[in-house]
Amino acid sequence: MRYRYLIPLAVFAVIVVVFAVGIEQSPKKDLVPSPLIGKRAPVFTLPSLMNPQRQVSSSQLRGHWYLFNVWGTWCVSCRMEHPELVRIAHTGIVPIIGLDWRDSRAEALSYLKQHGDPYQRIAVDRKGNEAIRWGVYGAPETFVVNPRGIIVYKYIGPITPQAWRQDILPHLPAAQTVAARS
Amino acid sequence: MRARVVAVATLSALLLAAPAAFAIAFHKMPTPQLQARYERLIHGFRCMQCQDESLANSPVDLAADMRRQIRTMLLAGDSDQQIRNFFVSRYGYFILFKPPFVASTAWLWLSPGVLLIVGATAAALVIRRRSTMVARDNDEPVDESLPRESRS
Repeated sequence: MRYRYLIPLAVFAVIVVVFAVGIEQSPKKDLVPSPLIGKRAPVFTLPSLMNPQRQVSSSQLRGHWYLFNVWGTWCVSCRMEHPELVRIAHTGIVPIIGLDWRDSRAEALSYLKQHGDPYQRIAVDRKGNEAIRWGVYGAPETFVVNPRGIIVYKYIGPITPQAWRQDILPHLPAAQTVAARS
Repeated sequence: MRARVVAVATLSALLLAAPAAFAIAFHKMPTPQLQARYERLIHGFRCMQCQDESLANSPVDLAADMRRQIRTMLLAGDSDQQIRNFFVSRYGYFILFKPPFVASTAWLWLSPGVLLIVGATAAALVIRRRSTMVARDNDEPVDESLPRESRS
């Protein structure tokens, strides 16, 4: 009882630790977990960026693993991850489907010409309706979709080489299997 | 004097202009009933980009897209619950400013009550202890030779 006056101080210290840990973890706390994981990916039919006469639709993607990457030329983090997307595309492990979000076609085309085009197909979401259906709240976001059309994983933020190896690749089946199927 | 007038005028102009720069375009709904539902709904959803603002207060593009989505669904005849379900199934309960009471949100709803009980109990204990200490102090003559700590 002698040190009873230390109790408020101890409580204060505990609160400081809780807040310090909270702030330390805050970059992760910005990431809102997606309720779509384990659910069927949205069904979509959207105009193709490369050829607006043609369409990109989810039915074309059935039976294949694919990455669904939401990007835009206005998005700085997308520029950061772009070289990694190009590298992933070169490995042939998994096709990348792009969703060009709230973008201008001319800018998107010149951007891809300048930085390389890692996408097998690019769907255009000029007004942002499709992004909402995928629960997107900031680009870049990347979904891993399996051959049955189920979203198995979502990566939020720019894909770094480390993120690819540690977070995304483990959600894909053995590389050869995918390569054979796609 | 002149410089001061200019400064005040510049400052007022800036202060007046700021809200205009962030003006948020609300949709006009065809009926007052739909308008009321629209406004209630946009106040109830969190802007996922700024996170502490509602769709009604957020100037970002995503919030504008979401307001448009709500408008489209209202005009298509969807109920408020259907609209809420649409967003919750894609963004989780986090998008609701008033999440429902379910297993995963129970701690959120119950923690203020738990904290209140803990605080009230602590306060009651301290007050009770203090009042008995005062009563005892009044009864017994204080022995100044004893160190203070040993009395408690």
